[in-house]
Amino acid sequence: MTDVTPRAESGIRKTPTGISGLDEITLGGLPSGRPTLVCGAAGCGKTMVATEFIVRGATQFDEPGVFMMFEEKASDLTVNVRSLGFDLDRLVAEKKVVLDHVHIERSEIEETGEYDLEGLFVRLGYAVDSIGAKRVVLDTVEALFAGLPNHAVLRAELRRLFAWLRDRGLTAIITGERGDGSAITRYGLEEYVADCVILLDQRIHEQLSTRRLRVLKYRGSPHGTNEYPFLIGPQGLSVLPITSLRLDHGAPVERLSTGIARLDELLGGAGVYRGSSLLVSGSPGTGKSSIAAAFMEAACKRGERALLFAYEESPAQILRNMRSVGVDLQPWIGQGLLQIHASRPTLHGLEQHLVLMHEAVRGFGPAVVAVDPISNLSLDRGELEVKPMLMRLIDFLKQQQITTLFTSLTIGNDATSSPEDSQVGVSSLMDTWLLLRNVEFNGERNRTIYVLKSRGTAHSNQVREFVLSDRGIELVDVYLGSDRVLTGTARVSQENQERAAAALRAQDHERRLRQVAGRRRALEAQIAALQAEIAFEADEVTEATALETAQAEATAKSAEQMAARRGAQRSASRKGEGRP
Amino acid sequence: MESSPPNSGVEFELRLYVAGHTPKSLSALTNLQRICENHLAGQYRIEVIDLLKTPQLAAGDQILAVPTLVRRLPEPIKKIIGDLSNEERVLVGLDVQPVRV
Repeated sequence: MTDVTPRAESGIRKTPTGISGLDEITLGGLPSGRPTLVCGAAGCGKTMVATEFIVRGATQFDEPGVFMMFEEKASDLTVNVRSLGFDLDRLVAEKKVVLDHVHIERSEIEETGEYDLEGLFVRLGYAVDSIGAKRVVLDTVEALFAGLPNHAVLRAELRRLFAWLRDRGLTAIITGERGDGSAITRYGLEEYVADCVILLDQRIHEQLSTRRLRVLKYRGSPHGTNEYPFLIGPQGLSVLPITSLRLDHGAPVERLSTGIARLDELLGGAGVYRGSSLLVSGSPGTGKSSIAAAFMEAACKRGERALLFAYEESPAQILRNMRSVGVDLQPWIGQGLLQIHASRPTLHGLEQHLVLMHEAVRGFGPAVVAVDPISNLSLDRGELEVKPMLMRLIDFLKQQQITTLFTSLTIGNDATSSPEDSQVGVSSLMDTWLLLRNVEFNGERNRTIYVLKSRGTAHSNQVREFVLSDRGIELVDVYLGSDRVLTGTARVSQENQERAAAALRAQDHERRLRQVAGRRRALEAQIAALQAEIAFEADEVTEATALETAQAEATAKSAEQMAARRGAQRSASRKGEGRP
Repeated sequence: MESSPPNSGVEFELRLYVAGHTPKSLSALTNLQRICENHLAGQYRIEVIDLLKTPQLAAGDQILAVPTLVRRLPEPIKKIIGDLSNEERVLVGLDVQPVRV
């Protein structure tokens, strides 16, 4: 079951119904040239399925159709489907559709002897031939059981009718009332129409109704076997197919800003990947909607279309409230870049919401979608139900490469349960998960934000304080002390203390430096004085030495002179004496 | 395939829808003519419509089963389906008092 397009080797030709989603489930449509049984209880949308099959055939696939109705009058049907934008009158005038109301009134009829239903065949055959019909609807052929007393004849004739449809190669939808208990239809029509059986069902859960469709049987072809919710919306029927049979959506590398610069920084510096899904969860009042609004605004500033599904506030309220945190969305709505779809979650069932989302997304073609919050959609629903639905939505959006932001209200955010716990179900579907927490300390609550996970980006592990003010949304570093994280005024006061302490330390340091410098200068002065003394002493020594030498010389000289004088006398008396 | 009584003063306008010359349609016609002659002599008119020749007429009288006998007059319209083999029921259906022969 990997291919959605009809394949030759599947051996069976298929006729697309044109009903969005149904052709995906049946992998191409209903079996061509064979009857298909559509059954369900009253009010399930059998006639709608049948009508859309005929209308789409006539308008989109150039296959004229005959709608033979046994319960409603043609004029009633025309009026009923006009609200879906189907103009049966025009199609009838253009000879693309024939409406035939087969009315049978038991009280008017007396039965005597043998008969058959050749008249029905003649009528149908005539209608088919008159426009060259390829499609036939019999809605609801079971009404004949009430009108005709002889059921044995009727059954034989129905068997012949379905064989006749096959012989004529007409793709037909036979509607049938759901039977009690295990019976598929009340009169066992499935006995005759064995090629393809589609079940419709309407269920009420917690006062919300959901229509569902299931392909019970499809001879000769694989098909989706699950129950698929469907909706009768303004554009006709919409079956929500499981688009997640495959995980094959592309993975763009382009990154988008979240609209909050510091948050982008936390997410590896560039924000989230285009086409990824972002979950912002937190307890009440942590600023989830503000992040969503910033995200929307950032997209609009890039010139992209943004679509916001709001399930808590009205558009006017959102605009007013977001203006108070410096995010003005009004101009973007004026420019047609932003749409806000606000509704109460209880207005529809979850599936219906998602179908409506599909339609809104298809209609508007946004690049960015925010759902605020998804937790409201899943009101009172088990995780078992919510997760597949969200998976379908996320897959659908991813395939369109739409970047999505979901906010989610966490419950049980107290000391005993971690806020992560309440989101485990959906978080695995999300690429990026931001957690907002209130930190209560020192008589005030402060918002903190951190990235719990972010696939494919080098994201920060740091907790930031998340500050909403009229200047906008800011992320501030929290004070991470040795034993605690401080936010708000505690952070500010701690920062002030630190600043004061730092200033003090700086002064102290300078004073020390000055002292050292002073001492050093003193020492240097001492050194200079001593050196001067040394120099003086050296001079003294030199002088003394010189004096001494001079004296010694002088003494020696005078002695010589004296000796010379005496020697002269002595040499006069004694020759050769007196020599030193 | 019309058979009118010799004298006018038609009270019963009957239309018999058949689809081709099947045994059922032939016996229906035979039965009808017999019943009318016996009980409505001179007061009836029978029109036989073969849907194989004029299928567009089937929708007008809401014909499903064949043969179907439609009493168009007197009003209200009544329908009798089948080959009209049960005379008593045909008379009930036509709201005709049987004539004791």
